[in-house]
This record gives sequence, structure tokens and C-alpha cells, in this order.
Amino acid sequence: MSDAARAEAAATEAAATEAAASQVRWADALSVARLFARDPAGLGGVVVRGAPGAARDAWMDAVRAALGEDAPWRRLPVAVDDERLLGGVDLAASLAAGARVMACGLLAAAAGGVVICAMAERMGAGTAARIAGAMDAGGGFGVILLDEGVEDEGVAAALAERCAFRVELGALPRHVIPGLTRDLPFSRCDAGPTEAGRSRVKPGMTDIEIVRASAPAACSEEGIDALAQAAAAFGVRSMRGPLLALRAARAAAWLAGRDTIADEDIVLAARLVLAPRATRMPAAAEVESDADAPDDAGEEDAPPPPSAPDTPSALRAPPLEGEEGNAPLGDIVLEATRAAVPPGVLAAMEAGRLARAAGARGGAGALKKALRRGRPAGTRAGDPRTGARLDIAATLTAAAPWQRFRARSPSALRAPPPAGEDLRSSPAGGGGDAADGGGARLRLRREDFRVKRFVERAESTTVFVVDASGSAALTRLAEAKGAVELLLAEAYVRRTQVALIAFRGVTAELLLPPTRSLARAKRALADLAGGGGTPLGAAVEAAHGVALAARARARTPLVVMLTDGRANVSRDGAPGREHAQADALVAARLLCADGIAAALIDTAPRPRPETAAFAAAMGARYVALPRVDAGAMRDVVRGLDV
Amino acid sequence: MRAAFPFTAIVGQAEMKLALLLAAVDRRIGGVMVFGDRGTGKSTAVRALAALLPPMKVVAGCRYGCDPADAGARACPDDCRKGAKRPRSEARAVPFVDLPLSATEDRVVGALDLERALGRGEKAFEPGLLARAHRGFLYIDEVNLLEDHIVDLLLDVAASGENVVEREGLSVRHAARFILIGSGNPEEGELRPQLLDRFGLSVEVRTPSDLRERVEVMRRCDAYERDGAAFAARFAGEEAAVLGKIARAAALLGKVTMADAVLETASRLCMAVGADGLRGELTLMRAARALAALEGGRVVTAGHVARVAPMALRHRLRRNPLDDAGSGVRIERAIADVMAPAGPRAIAA
Repeated sequence: MSDAARAEAAATEAAATEAAASQVRWADALSVARLFARDPAGLGGVVVRGAPGAARDAWMDAVRAALGEDAPWRRLPVAVDDERLLGGVDLAASLAAGARVMACGLLAAAAGGVVICAMAERMGAGTAARIAGAMDAGGGFGVILLDEGVEDEGVAAALAERCAFRVELGALPRHVIPGLTRDLPFSRCDAGPTEAGRSRVKPGMTDIEIVRASAPAACSEEGIDALAQAAAAFGVRSMRGPLLALRAARAAAWLAGRDTIADEDIVLAARLVLAPRATRMPAAAEVESDADAPDDAGEEDAPPPPSAPDTPSALRAPPLEGEEGNAPLGDIVLEATRAAVPPGVLAAMEAGRLARAAGARGGAGALKKALRRGRPAGTRAGDPRTGARLDIAATLTAAAPWQRFRARSPSALRAPPPAGEDLRSSPAGGGGDAADGGGARLRLRREDFRVKRFVERAESTTVFVVDASGSAALTRLAEAKGAVELLLAEAYVRRTQVALIAFRGVTAELLLPPTRSLARAKRALADLAGGGGTPLGAAVEAAHGVALAARARARTPLVVMLTDGRANVSRDGAPGREHAQADALVAARLLCADGIAAALIDTAPRPRPETAAFAAAMGARYVALPRVDAGAMRDVVRGLDV
Repeated sequence: MRAAFPFTAIVGQAEMKLALLLAAVDRRIGGVMVFGDRGTGKSTAVRALAALLPPMKVVAGCRYGCDPADAGARACPDDCRKGAKRPRSEARAVPFVDLPLSATEDRVVGALDLERALGRGEKAFEPGLLARAHRGFLYIDEVNLLEDHIVDLLLDVAASGENVVEREGLSVRHAARFILIGSGNPEEGELRPQLLDRFGLSVEVRTPSDLRERVEVMRRCDAYERDGAAFAARFAGEEAAVLGKIARAAALLGKVTMADAVLETASRLCMAVGADGLRGELTLMRAARALAALEGGRVVTAGHVARVAPMALRHRLRRNPLDDAGSGVRIERAIADVMAPAGPRAIAA
């Protein structure tokens, strides 16, 4: 056999393995569809990852088919407002009835069915929290979160947490899908209700109602133990993981027409619910991942609550004594789960991506007032014709107290109002009281108009440029460090990003690329030593680069420079005070030309006019702080950071 | 509506349960903030507390939940007493108001009754959630995601105990004394320190790390899901016992004494951890007293103070997220220092 033939054989084999893996993945996805359709509210939901396409459409069709035609199937717009989501004033009906008529929200309308959230990765934290709240309060619906995010984008953690399943449809080859759909007709898998449940089933009931009618299948102690152990072994911290798995096992038992949950149901549930939530591999894989774990934990997932150091090892509970040996179910579940853990999970874990994705959303950056976009943030009096969105309920509320007065006041009617000053809706309810001057007419005036305010998140990146040269080090480096630490701590609270550049000797060094990780920032600061020349030009240039990169990511950069301004090394590394100063001025003008907001804090014991001129060239606000502590320095920067 | 998950059926989470009980015994403690991981039963515990509370007496039909025994109270906007010294009263469950994140200012403070205004041209006030929460609990899940202007408003009312509405031509004020209970996940956004400080107690909950405990959680949730009523019945006895304990403690509270030495210990503790403001001392004192009452004691000991110190002070430490030691550790260190003054202080000196 020639090498070429051998290579071809290997390639064919690899392709076959991959095809088999895809088929398993698709079969799993279909199992998820069936289980979820049995008990959407109980199982919470499904996170579907992958771009829109044939696979996703086929999968959605499968859920729809399993759910039945009658069950509610609601699509949620990406930028849904609260009124639409949770219900609010129905304007047409309110005007017609002369009283406030509330409209049913999307979530309430979906009770007993499914809410589909397209582009779920773009959903705001507030919307996600509201949906999660409705789920907790027994909303009776399940969600399908269509996650089209790339890289570390992801669905809001509050929602993902409440969803039993994750389905990856991204890289499925097209040919797998239609064939398998034909091979697995749903009718064959639907064994119908259990013996006990059948008596309660009446003709015409939907599947969901049948599920509710049938008695929940009982689970053996062993099954519960196995799920709890598997969850602990794979580092599933939240209790929702094993609880949802149990619920999935119950749905599986129901699908098979059993009154009790069988071992295979437990195994299936562990595969489908626990495996995608795995944050670590047990046993064999544990050794190598452990070796790296402490470092990674410190570096990547800066624990958000300062007092809650993450202790994944705490979950590494020993198996229940005496049960390990004679609990084959536990082992089976472990093995099945291990095989089903998505290959990318552990790699992502090590890169800290999972932890970051969980904490990335919901941060508060600088807020930008927007006319029509963003999160609703209350209402104000204003003219809707300027492009703002009219808040109808608030407008009616504002007009309501004056209706009687306006109806009776002839002067108000006689005086011809300027265009748009006096709007009247037609008496939709009919039968206006003529003696009362047409009591059913709603008299709106311009001052009644209320428009919605929206707030758009514009996150900012603060680039600290710290002078660590010999001239500065002696006097102010410690204070500068203290101020930066304080600012970092605050930036952390407000979820702005922080970058740190230090300059000394002949170069400026980016010690910390834009980050929110406190632990890394702290380490970078601690390692910062002083001494050497002052390459001011190189520092400005480095800051410029970081600021532009931040702007390219739609962030607002702010450069804060702490220096005594005594440049003595130019960008090409040549010493010489005069040349270096001129060189720094050039770099500063370039920064200014790009319109990057900047501030310069002069840390020299005796501030010089040259430094102020340098700040002016940079377009930076100049603050001289000859004798201050870290706290005062922080106050200054806080004032700059708009 | 199925039965609520029983409070006593919650596995573990001792600190959270204790904090909630203390707040129920003495409402002046000022509410509880529950921080924690997902899936730790935060919401479950807080909702379960509602089922625990004994009913209260209100003036019959009053929309503002006025207390019939409290004759000296500010006049109710509805004038529910109608001048009667002993108005007709009715028993009402202690209100437990779940403030939705989407709540608008109108719904929180109350607003012009649009229906009456449009339909009959009357200027009438429609009470909001604050009126409903009077003498009860106001619960905010994911409090860190609440809109800032609503937070400000809540702070103002929580501090003054009174809701003042001056808008849309209305001028209404009514009492609104409630216990704020917040829960949240710090991963999703920090809470502003001003709001945090307003909570009397703060607890941190973690997912149970012990396998047996986790198995027990699953068993109980499973049993509850399969038959909620039977499950609730299983815990009815324990629930009644806790209810009695709260009632007895609330009655005993006024008789609990606190020696000067213990008070001094509490103050020294607050100084040692650098808690800002006096609210720390006050809360520590009240919480320790509530704990003593809850355990049937009439004298507060230093032990009581030490046990409630972490929850009373944890969120008041001067913020320094760069300090590696968690706030809990810092408090424990301070307790060790203050309670055993000879040893550690000598070393520090």
C-alpha cells in the first residue's frame, strides 16, 4: 500500500469518525427537542448555539412538532421593551373604554408553550433578569435562546443557568440533518402517557396537558445519588444542574411510558444536562488540569466578590463511603457524561473564557443618552416630533387631571391653538356627554406629551500611563501606584476597562492590556519598578495605540498620564533632553489630532510651565498635584472621567 | 397555587436563614441583603420566609395597611379610622411584596388613578407597591440590576419610613415602613455602597459543597415537585415551631438587656474592622439582641455579638477590592483580636 493510499484511508476513517460524531450530536439534539417539548416550563429552556441555517431550522421544526400545534410559540424581538414583555397599557382599548386597559405581555401569552429569543447574546441583562424572574414565579413557559454569538459572546448567565439544555448546532454538516430527521420519526418515540397517567388523559388534551395530568415518575435514591455525584465530579456548582437533570430524566421516563425513572433515563439526562455544564473533568483528566488550575484561577477569573475566593476544590467531595463500589449506575453516569462533554469546554475553561463570559454582561459603563436606542430609562416631558418615542401611558396620565377643566374652559377652546397644540382623539367609546362639553373627548396639549428616555451603554477604557523613570520614581511612584489601585478598584465596580502602561529607561511597556481583572492589574502594579530615563514620547505613542484599539471596539478611551514631564529619551531611544521634549510634543499632537480625551497629572514637586504646555499639545486637562496623597489623586481623575 | 417551599426544608445555608429570622424578629435591624452564586436557593429562602410570618391586624379595608392599635400614627390618606378610637380591624397576612425589576416609578410610589381621572374626572391616588409593603417585606431579586432612580427612591422611603408623593397635582403622604430584602449575584453588577449600607445584614451564600448535602437538596426538591402539599405537610410541625420562636422572640425583645462591657466590645469590633459610620454599631447591637431573644435568653453576651458580627459588618468595611483577604476573614481576625485583647494586641504593638 502506498503512502498516498494510506493517507487517503486515514482521511476516510477520520471523516467517518467525524460523520459518526455529527450524527450522535444531531441525535442528541433531537432527544433534547423531545424532552424539552414534554416539559418546557419544568426544564426551563434550551440554549441553541450556532448560526441560523438548515440545522437550526430543522431542530426548531422538531421542537415545534413535538410540542404540538396548539402550544404557544412566541418569538421575542431583540429589543423588546417591558410593556411588550410583561404587559402594559393597551392604548387603543384604553381610549375606547375611557379607562386603563392592560394588555397581556408576551411572556404571559406564552404560558404553556415556548418563548423564542433570537440573537439571545444581544439581550440586555435587564430583559434577561425579567424573563428569569417570570420563570421563577411560575410563568409556565420554556425558552429557546438562539445564541449566534461568536468567541466569548454568550447568553446572559441568569437565563442560561435556568435552561436545562445546551445544543451546539454550529458545525453540523448539512447532510446529517434531513436523513436523520427521516430516520427518527417522532411518532415512534412517543410512547404516550404512563399507565397511571392514562386514566387522567381526556381526548383533545394537548401534550403539555397530558404531561401535567400524568403522575410524575418516581426516582430511585440511587438515581439521585448518581446525578449529584456526577454534578460534583464535573464541577457543576449550581444546584440547578442536577435538579434540572432529574427533571429531564423524568421527562425521558415519561417519553418511554415508564412510571419510574430507569437507569437509562438518568444516563441520558446526565449526558444532555450535566455534560454541557461541566467545568472540569473528573479522575484521569483531573491530574493535568489541576496542575494549571491555581494559576489560571488567579489570573483569569478575578473573583467578583472580593471576599469569595473561588474554591473549585470544595466541590471535589469524596464519594459516599461504601456506595462507590456497588454503585455501577454512578460509574455509568460518569462515563456517559465524560464522553458527552463538549471538546471545547475544558480548553475554554483554561483560557478563562467560561468565567469571563459569566461576568461579562450587566456591567455599568458610562451611560450615553440616546433618543431611540438602548434600555428604556423613564420618561420626560418632550416633543415626540423630534424623533423621540412617545410614552403613551405617561402622556395620558399627564393629561388626565386637566380633562374636566379643559372641557369647560371656553377660552381654551375659542382661542385658535397653534398647530399641534390641541389634539383630540375621536370619541371612540361613543356617547359623549354634550352638556359637559363632550366629556368623552380626550384633550391633549403639547405640554402633556411625555417621551421615553433611553440609555445606551458606552463602556469606557481608561489607559493609565505611569512614569516610572528615575526622576519620578524617587518622589511619586508609590503615590501614583496607590492612586491607580484606587481607580482600578472603582473601575472594577463601574465595569470600565483599565489598561496600564509604564515607561522608564528607553521604552514604554504595556504592562496590562485593557482588562477588568483586578488580580492581574494588581500584579502588574506590584511588579512595577522605578528608575531609568523618561521616554515620554514613546509613552504617549503607546497610549495612543491602546486608545485607538479601544475605540475600534466601540469603547470610549480616556488616557490618564502621571508624570513629572521631564522627558530625556526620545522615541528612537536617543538620550538628550531637548530632543526628547520636542519628540514628546510631536507624539502629543498626534494624540490630540485623533480627539482622544486625556488628562495629565503633573507629579513634579515643583510644576513647570513646560509640562502644562505639553499637556496643552496633547489636548489634555492639566492638573498639578505637587503634594497629595493617593486619595486626592483619585478624586482628580474621577472628576475627569465623564 | 401550590404550597410554598417550607422555610425549614431548606438544606444548610444556616447563615442566610439566621439573618432572615433576625430580621423577622426585629424589623429595625433594617433588612437583609443576600449575595450569592446561582442556584443556591436565595429566592426560595426569601419567598419561604413569607409563609412563616404570623398575620397582622390592620384597620378593616384600609389600602395603606394602617395598624388599628397605633392611634398616634400619622393620618392615613384615606382616613380609614373615620375618627373612631377603636376602628374595626381585620387580620391580614404580613405583606410580602415582590418588587419586579421592571417596576416603574408609578407602580412603586403610586400614581394618579387614571381610570377615575378619565372616567369621572376625579383626582384620586392609587397606592403603589410601597403602600402595599407597609409593615411587611419588600423583596427585590437581582437588586443590583434595578434602575438607579428606583433605587434612590427606595432608599429615601426606607430611611424616612414615609412615602411622599408630590406629582400630577397630587399631594399624598403615607407611612411605608418595610424591611428591604435584596438578593443578587455580584457577578452581574455591583451594588452601590449607599444602598448596600442601608441593608442591616448581609449574607453570602454558596452552593453546598458537601455531596450529602447536595443529594439531600435534590431529594427534597424532588419530593416537593412531585407532591407539594404532602411535602409541606411533612414540615408543618417544624414550620409552626419556628413561627412560635419568632413570636416569642419578638415579645421578649424589649426585655433583653445588654451590659456596657458587651456594648463596648461591639464598638471596639466596629472600630477594628474600620466600618464606616455608626450604622454598623447599631445594627450589630440590634442583631445581637434579636439573636439572644431568638434563643430565649434575656442577656446579650459577647458570644452573641461575635456570631452576628460577620453578617452585620461584612458589607460596611471600607471597600478595598484589592485586598486579597475576604471581608469575612477580616472580621474574623478582628473578632479574635477584640475578644482576646491580651495576646494579639501585644503582638500588633
